[in-house]
Amino acid sequence: MAVAGLIFSNIHDSSIPEMTTVRTMASVPFGCRYRLIDFPLSNMVNSGITKIGIVAHNNYQSLMDHIGTGKDWDLARRSGGIKILPPFITAYESTGGAKLYTTRLEALMGVTHFISRCNEEYLVISDCDGICNIDLSEVIDSHIERNADLTIVTRRLSPSEADIKDITAIASDESGVVTDASAYAKGITGSEVSTNIMVVNRMFLLGALRDAAAHGYRHFFKDLVSRRIGRARIFSYLYEKTFIHISSLESYFSSSMKLLDPTVRAELFNVDNMPIYTKLRNSAPTRYSAGSKVINSYVADGCVIEGTVENCVLFRGVRIGKGTVVRNCVLLQDTFTGNNVSLNCVITDKNAVICDGRMLSGHSSMPFFIPKGAMV
Amino acid sequence: MFRNKECVAMLLAGGQGSRLYALTETNAKPAVPFGGKYRIIDFTLSNCVNSGIDTVGVLTQYQPLMLNEYIGNGLPWDLDRAWGGVKILPPYQGKNGADWYKGTANAIYQNLQFIDRYDPEYVLILSGDHIYKMDYDKMLDHHKKTGADCTIAVIDVPIEEASRFGILSVDDEGKIFKFTEKPKNPDSTKASMGIYIFTKKKLAEYLCADAEDPSSSNDFGKNIIPNMLAAGEKMFAYPFSGYWKDVGTISSLWEANMDLLGENPVLNLDDEEWRIYSRHEAHAPQFVGESAVIENCSITEGCEIFGTVRNSVIGAGVKIMQGASVIDSVILEDVVIESGAEINYSIIDGGSSVGKDCKIGECRETAKDICVIGANIKVPDGTVVGAGAMISKASDLNKEGK
Repeated sequence: MAVAGLIFSNIHDSSIPEMTTVRTMASVPFGCRYRLIDFPLSNMVNSGITKIGIVAHNNYQSLMDHIGTGKDWDLARRSGGIKILPPFITAYESTGGAKLYTTRLEALMGVTHFISRCNEEYLVISDCDGICNIDLSEVIDSHIERNADLTIVTRRLSPSEADIKDITAIASDESGVVTDASAYAKGITGSEVSTNIMVVNRMFLLGALRDAAAHGYRHFFKDLVSRRIGRARIFSYLYEKTFIHISSLESYFSSSMKLLDPTVRAELFNVDNMPIYTKLRNSAPTRYSAGSKVINSYVADGCVIEGTVENCVLFRGVRIGKGTVVRNCVLLQDTFTGNNVSLNCVITDKNAVICDGRMLSGHSSMPFFIPKGAMV
Repeated sequence: MFRNKECVAMLLAGGQGSRLYALTETNAKPAVPFGGKYRIIDFTLSNCVNSGIDTVGVLTQYQPLMLNEYIGNGLPWDLDRAWGGVKILPPYQGKNGADWYKGTANAIYQNLQFIDRYDPEYVLILSGDHIYKMDYDKMLDHHKKTGADCTIAVIDVPIEEASRFGILSVDDEGKIFKFTEKPKNPDSTKASMGIYIFTKKKLAEYLCADAEDPSSSNDFGKNIIPNMLAAGEKMFAYPFSGYWKDVGTISSLWEANMDLLGENPVLNLDDEEWRIYSRHEAHAPQFVGESAVIENCSITEGCEIFGTVRNSVIGAGVKIMQGASVIDSVILEDVVIESGAEINYSIIDGGSSVGKDCKIGECRETAKDICVIGANIKVPDGTVVGAGAMISKASDLNKEGK
């Protein structure tokens, strides 16, 4: 069945401002060698989707650099492939204060031309703040089988996420028909929430977008979905495997640490026939020196480790100097630590430099963040 | 209409590499894995691209399946080009019959048509079985500056090893006046690296003449170079210094892998200026467990290490279980080493598994030779395989094992 994909690269940028001042949510690095968009992109490619639009908003230079022609996802195609959809503003409107979209619905309305020019019957829509390795073809099959207009993939919140904000609670009956979609509030709504991965009939979506434009609706769940509950065929699809939601710097840290759990790694990275693809960097293998000591860590290629590393996630090209001890840290690409450095619960952004002898520590509930290119 | 290419590279990749035994049982030598995530041919292909040469003919003959698949459309090396790029050139059937490539010169002779398609002025001849980083563009500059008909890259070798190589004698200006293939009493230490640049016209002339000569063994070192020298053509040596290793034997392949280790590796692949490209599978990052001990190792994507690993090079997707130990060894991709297994001074080829409590190879200090386990062999629990054993199929284990 012909399906196209649509990925929102910027929605939720504000949930992790430390890292998104220099990039989109989509291009936030995660898991040693990936960027968040690699997960929805790979999920789509693995379910046979070869035409994917990426809705951009601002700051998308890092995103374009990461995606390139799309060949690392086998999406450098003459027909289909990846299309980055930049925001559309005309010069004439600028005096009247032309605005970039602020909601999911406005973003969708901004790419109506892409949606209307697809000839696929279905669209899979996804955000970038959810990390999972989901077989979308199963969701699509269920969508078709139930003759649905819209299928929302849902998950159950874990107890540690009880206070989460900016997420939509989905209530549905035993046959999966959605009966309510509302802002999640602890203790008031149920704990089944939207992953913001959805399958939708393209013509249904186009009709709904026209209707939303005519009525001046602004919100996808509050307006477009809620007003159609009971009138359209809207279903939920509960996903029960590993799903990591990044909603803050603290959750970025704890999510990274979850990668040290074998079940999480198996369900994200070692699923048969469902690899996660990313931009290749052709780094050399990682070199562990004679005096190095590494345990319980997830390490990318291109690192040189001469010190001690415990419970860490190291990205490509990280250098750990002699006598340096790094515990419970997430060190992004090309972080350089000198000799006799001590780090605990620290997140460093790309190209950070920690000079000889520095000692830094955060706490797992409040990791210490060192911005891109900073020198300590 | 496309532009012509100034220089076309022809990469000889048809050799069997019989001295690599089990490793080339079903694989051509250039496709033998190296350094965890590379194959030998990655070095020459990357050198070409980094030197600005974008048209490379790869001449294949022996067991080409893996090599063909590996090279594919050339995408990993940026050699998927609209015009040029990498092309696989197997022997073919012509109007006057079919022939295998009879020698290195004959292989190029049979593909003169391919070279002519790009109308190049120069042809670079390479072999796919050396590990080195070299800027061919500098060599081409040298070739142009001297106005040579043929330029041969040379490297200084210790005099005691010189008899293993083609040895060149040159005058003060670098002009070659003598060439001897594997001399018994070498009078120079300048060894040919098997890298030649020819002015295309001259090359075609000598290849055609050589093809007419029934007594010729159609080889560059034995025929073309001596013939050109005898005829007084302008031939220059291009001196190269830097890392260069022929990995044609088990021990040299092992040594070259070990050259990646240490504080300042002799062979540095972590080089932004001269990247070595390779074809990647989408492996996850490497995971190092609580029980792991890693000292002086090179480890790559997809590995899961729970055991002890010392002085070793570990390929992609290898699993080393808790209680296993791997010392002074080269483990190729997707090998599984079960708990209690001890691997010493060995090379284990891709896809094999070593069962619990196996003893493979012997301690490097006492062992006389490297132990080799071929590809996709399941070594049963408790097997003992001695130093120097060459296991190319599971049934060899019964003979060797105790």
